[in-house]
Amino acid sequence: MKERTVWEQIADQLRSRSIWMLHYCTGCGAMELPPTMTARFDMERFGIMPMATPRQADILLITGYLNTKTLRRVIYTYEQMADPKYVIGFGSCTINGGIYYDSYSTINRLDYYIPVDVYIAGCMPRPEAILEAFQYLMEKIRKGEADGWKRYKENYEWYKQNQIRSLGEVYVHDEFHE
Amino acid sequence: MTGVYKAIFNLAIAFFFVLTLEGIGRKITARVQRRIGPPWYQSFIDVFKALSKHPFSNGWIFDFGVLMALGGAIATAAIVPMGSTFWTPFPNTDNFFVIMYLFAVGALGMAMGMVGSGNPWASIGVTRALTQMLGYELPYLIVLASMMFYYKTASIHLLIEKQAGGWNLLVMPIGAIVAFISLLGMLGKKPFDIAIAPAEIASGPMVELSGKYLGLLHIMHVFSIFVEITLFVDVFLGGGNFWWFLLKFLIVWILAVLISSVLPRFRIEQMLKFYWGVPLGLAFLNAFFVLMGWTL
Repeated sequence: MKERTVWEQIADQLRSRSIWMLHYCTGCGAMELPPTMTARFDMERFGIMPMATPRQADILLITGYLNTKTLRRVIYTYEQMADPKYVIGFGSCTINGGIYYDSYSTINRLDYYIPVDVYIAGCMPRPEAILEAFQYLMEKIRKGEADGWKRYKENYEWYKQNQIRSLGEVYVHDEFHE
Repeated sequence: MTGVYKAIFNLAIAFFFVLTLEGIGRKITARVQRRIGPPWYQSFIDVFKALSKHPFSNGWIFDFGVLMALGGAIATAAIVPMGSTFWTPFPNTDNFFVIMYLFAVGALGMAMGMVGSGNPWASIGVTRALTQMLGYELPYLIVLASMMFYYKTASIHLLIEKQAGGWNLLVMPIGAIVAFISLLGMLGKKPFDIAIAPAEIASGPMVELSGKYLGLLHIMHVFSIFVEITLFVDVFLGGGNFWWFLLKFLIVWILAVLISSVLPRFRIEQMLKFYWGVPLGLAFLNAFFVLMGWTL
């Protein structure tokens, strides 16, 4: 790993304390986020806030299984985010397919398609587990180890190849205007 | 020359004080909702983190619009008097109309840049923001016009001096209430945060802003808040020394935050009906009282 400059270290400190998240609610994991945000677990005390669009967000939460149709949209969303960007995979569905491991339409391992910084095991993870994952991600960002966005740039060919192998084409067709 | 130093001091106060107040406001909202809430310096972290990211541009109109918005807001914040003649950077330029016109430069810059991003949500958000402007400015300007008629001046620091006998909050209480309701709309606080409704139109005008652009717009928003609340404090809550000014500013801000933390959001036509109903009627009533000389 390359040595970081002082500015990058300061920026990483700031990034670790102010995480704006975009939750892509594909699966059941989205259910666990409202309690994590509201009064009981209150993730805003760590500076974690929900954001409305991928342009503004820092982390992308993949909350559950992804079928091939949503994976295209996830890749689009991920590529729209501004550059230090991180991905958290929720639950066993993003690790090995979970209970959908033999489904014809879902992907099994998210890491083949976009780089994942932190996985949360469980089906589904409790809010405590989610907060612990956020703490772990903050620690990784602070140390400069959360470099998924750099890996995606360096290994773009490999990721693209995997995406095309599973999806046929990554391009999202506009059903209304074509 | 001292005017320039005072203007720079204005900007420094605007940046640090208002960002701190934003953090405090988030903390207060959190306590109202029985949460712990972020630390008071969270807004500083947010701004500087946003400035440290690698953003996308959407063409030169977009870039220019963001810079124009920030420039307009900075220019306005630099000339607003802070509660006394001594803290007036340019005593000949602090006319109410100058401030209002310069303030519009920032809003129009933002509108232009955000529409330049080409995103439909941004267009809808800008439409809503401008409609809301139409809503709150009408009662606000009628109240301010009656005040200027009453004191025969439009200069803010003269208005402050003329309140030595009694605050305008007590001289014309109806006008103060109307102006505070308009202030909530200007700040984009909760019943009137129609323009940036995150759940409906994906944060409206800001939908395509990433990284540095978002940080710059946040700073512009900070200067706008400073101008809006400072105008209210100057015109209605009298003068005093610098610390009194900060205290009044703090109280007005906390009141706005408390109101915003318990209310849901209006729809756009409800907002317009509301503003052109009760506050506009009260503003005319206030103007009538002033014309008849029935002030307290």
